[in-house]
Amino acid sequence: MTDTLLKMRGVKLEGRSDETWNPIINGVDLTLAKGEVLGLIGESGAGKSTLGLAAMGFTRDGVRISEGSVEFDGIDLLKASAAVKRGLLGKRIAYVAQSAAASFNPAHRLMEQHVEGPTQHGVMSKAESEADGIELYRKLRLPDPESIGFRYPHQVSGGQLQRAMTAMAMSCRPDLIIFDEPTTALDVTTQIEVLASIRDIVEQFNTAAIYITHDLAVVAQMADRIKVLLKGDEVETADTRTMLSAPTQEYTKSLWAVRSFERPLKAPVIASAVPSVSVQNVDAAYGKVPVLHDVSFDMHEGRTVAVVGESGSGKSTTARCITGLLPPTSGQIAFNGEVMPADYRKRSKDQLRQVQMIYQMADTALNPRMSIGEIIARPVQFYMGLTGKQKRARVDKLLDQIELEPSEYYNRLPSELSGGQKQRIGIARALAAEPKFIICDEVTSALDQLVDEGILRLLARLQDTLGLSYMFITHDLATVRAIADEVVVMKDGRVVEAGPKAEMFKPPHHPYTDLLLSSVPEMDPDWLTNLLQERGVDNIGDAAVGKM
Amino acid sequence: MSTILTILVALVVMGGIAWVLRFAGQQVTNGAPFFRDMSFGVSFGYVLGVVVLAWLAWGFMQSRSSDPAIANKFFFLGVAIKGFVIFSIAAWLFRLLGRTVGTDWTRKMFRQMPLTASFGILAIIVYAIFAIFAGAIAPYGQDEIIQGVAANIIPGGDPAMGGDPAFPLGTDQIGRDILSRLIYGAQNTVGIAFITTMLAFFLGGSLGFLAAVVGGWTDQILSRGVDVLMAIPSLIFALLLMTIASVWSSRLGIPLTVFMVLIIALIDSTRVFRLARAVGQNIVVMDYIEAAKLRGEGMGYLVFKEILPNATAPLLAEFGLRFCFVFLTIASLSFLGVGIQPPLADWGTMVRDLAAFINFAQFAPLAATAPLLAASAIALLTVAVNFVVDWMLHKTSGLKE
Repeated sequence: MTDTLLKMRGVKLEGRSDETWNPIINGVDLTLAKGEVLGLIGESGAGKSTLGLAAMGFTRDGVRISEGSVEFDGIDLLKASAAVKRGLLGKRIAYVAQSAAASFNPAHRLMEQHVEGPTQHGVMSKAESEADGIELYRKLRLPDPESIGFRYPHQVSGGQLQRAMTAMAMSCRPDLIIFDEPTTALDVTTQIEVLASIRDIVEQFNTAAIYITHDLAVVAQMADRIKVLLKGDEVETADTRTMLSAPTQEYTKSLWAVRSFERPLKAPVIASAVPSVSVQNVDAAYGKVPVLHDVSFDMHEGRTVAVVGESGSGKSTTARCITGLLPPTSGQIAFNGEVMPADYRKRSKDQLRQVQMIYQMADTALNPRMSIGEIIARPVQFYMGLTGKQKRARVDKLLDQIELEPSEYYNRLPSELSGGQKQRIGIARALAAEPKFIICDEVTSALDQLVDEGILRLLARLQDTLGLSYMFITHDLATVRAIADEVVVMKDGRVVEAGPKAEMFKPPHHPYTDLLLSSVPEMDPDWLTNLLQERGVDNIGDAAVGKM
Repeated sequence: MSTILTILVALVVMGGIAWVLRFAGQQVTNGAPFFRDMSFGVSFGYVLGVVVLAWLAWGFMQSRSSDPAIANKFFFLGVAIKGFVIFSIAAWLFRLLGRTVGTDWTRKMFRQMPLTASFGILAIIVYAIFAIFAGAIAPYGQDEIIQGVAANIIPGGDPAMGGDPAFPLGTDQIGRDILSRLIYGAQNTVGIAFITTMLAFFLGGSLGFLAAVVGGWTDQILSRGVDVLMAIPSLIFALLLMTIASVWSSRLGIPLTVFMVLIIALIDSTRVFRLARAVGQNIVVMDYIEAAKLRGEGMGYLVFKEILPNATAPLLAEFGLRFCFVFLTIASLSFLGVGIQPPLADWGTMVRDLAAFINFAQFAPLAATAPLLAASAIALLTVAVNFVVDWMLHKTSGLKE
């Protein structure tokens, strides 16, 4: 094969922790032809990103390549000198990181950062590179390509920033780009724009790419070939279509089957029933900036209301109004027909107990200096007044409920738990207050699909046994399909559409609901192509959203 | 002029050696990554390091020379090197001891301890012993002017050079034993600095967290108040307050030292306040604080259970620095005559009193070391405290190398 660009043979990577080197990748082979896009998928901790970086001959601090070879276009990257690597990285191999916001230097304008690579490597002069940058911005369909480069990173949206970063990676026309979860942090509607732009530009310049993601539907759109990783081992590699239609390994099949979880439909709510939580004509503002406009919906006992919308639509603000962290400027919140004080500081202990919250980022929701036992025991002691053995018994029971072995986890610190386990602890802390109503704020969006499913099943089971009602804030429509009874769609601080799940997923929709629904990636590799054709290539994304 | 020329020539020669070293390394090892990717600066650093080590070794040999004129010149360099080596070995042994004796927990702690930390802990223990048992250890009293003994005996205890074996570190201008004063100084200076720092941290820390948690008007009032205090040059402000306090102290019968502790604590607490508030504000936005607030928890629980444990790392680091600054403040106040009052021994005051001797360095190297004794006592403690704080920082924040 003469057109092989990247050849990794038996690469073993080790990470340093507790004074020893532990294997991260146990000998993976990877071959990439010129102009080919390889999808690299697996759950977190599978070593995707580490392998992606190793393809550049680079390792993070505390990680080393212990064995194997990485050959880029005939150059052995592991043996090459620092000077040789400096000449390659950025010029012939580029990297697009997950969080564009964290990867841009906030003190410099986009264009200044864009021209750095080409001028440093002597590919283009500054003026040429600026002209080329504008051209790339246009190709990536950024709005106002002539002037967007003169903005600072915080002045453009997340999706635009991600595209600007792709443009930057393209600035030297590299032979290989490594995309490390470039759309994971974005909304579905924004994700489409970025995916379409990336795919276009990679095709136009015939660039080879490694596309790292944990989202199967996304990788199906982007990759020519897919490689599945599990705990540092390769599970299988195949063409995208073959992989999707006929996976050979059990693990791959389980990944593909994940999206099957769906709860049975419940009987419609009796019209006269008193809702457990009722949001009535709520307006809210941050300072003088209005955020919510006349938001009203009801949540009934034992049912789940999913609130969906892109970021900035007011989903979380509504939750803050319900908990009393942000008192509404007008309107009110009622629990079981009784109006609650707007400010949480004016609510009684019992009122506070009835509303509990589970947070998106389990990392910041648990105090890193408290043991799991202390974290769960605090509400038990605080609300129920239990101490000593009774308290311990209650905590053990709660740990049982969230399917963690009490004796094993009681004394651990949050840092010693996986993401899914931490989220379970968050659930246990909410349950410890014995509430009637729980707000779940994007609880699964930071988790892998398999773990995500486990959490959703747990929440569903708890709802059935304890009769809880959930307000489920999410931007992921697959989650909505799985768990919701009713759906509320929000946009720009207003409720756009609301109703039982069965109705919401059936046409006719409100145009915004339609856009949301059609933006959810599907496993079909032709999905993105078809969708773009349907929408007309020129008015995807911003244009389509703007029209409504 | 010739000195500058010598240094320039030495630098050029060292640069040449560095270049040759790197080139030779590349040739001999056939391009091993270590030499291949070595920059010229790194190579030069190695050469410079070797030169400095060689000079230290040479100086140590000189201090053992039979010619007393040469030996005296390098006397304290020799002592310092000997002391450093002995102390390092002691620190290593101390850690070894800790690894074999004690409970499982302490043994584990000592196993993970770097040598710098055990060096620091050992040094602090030695200081503490001297401070607590100063009265028993010191051969003379701190204010004792020994009868029949001349003032200004040269340190070193060598009669040939104007020393006296009874006073190994010599005597000061009015004939007090410097060794005894150094030992008593540990009691006065370290004790007072420690109390002051603790007080500053208690005051600044609790107010800083309060401002971070409550926010709004409380934060505004406290922060602007601190701004006002910080706007006044701290030494002049301290001087002003000390002048007022000296009137009160005689009227109320409270020692001036108590006022000094309070005043320095107040001034230093403004710096701690700022740090605690900044750190606190970063923690307050965490979801677990929101969860605790929504649970209906009170202020005390929020500050001491939720915020404080997460703020220990930066506060500890600040403690190490602040402790040393308090030292310096006390020394400057003593220098201006309002700090620790004579005849109490204080390291800062001792440096100042003997400072003039540094001018004799060219003619009587031993006499010039007199003010450096107290200075090195301060320096050693500073280094030791910071070694320990660094280690605790690594432990509590889970930082890896």
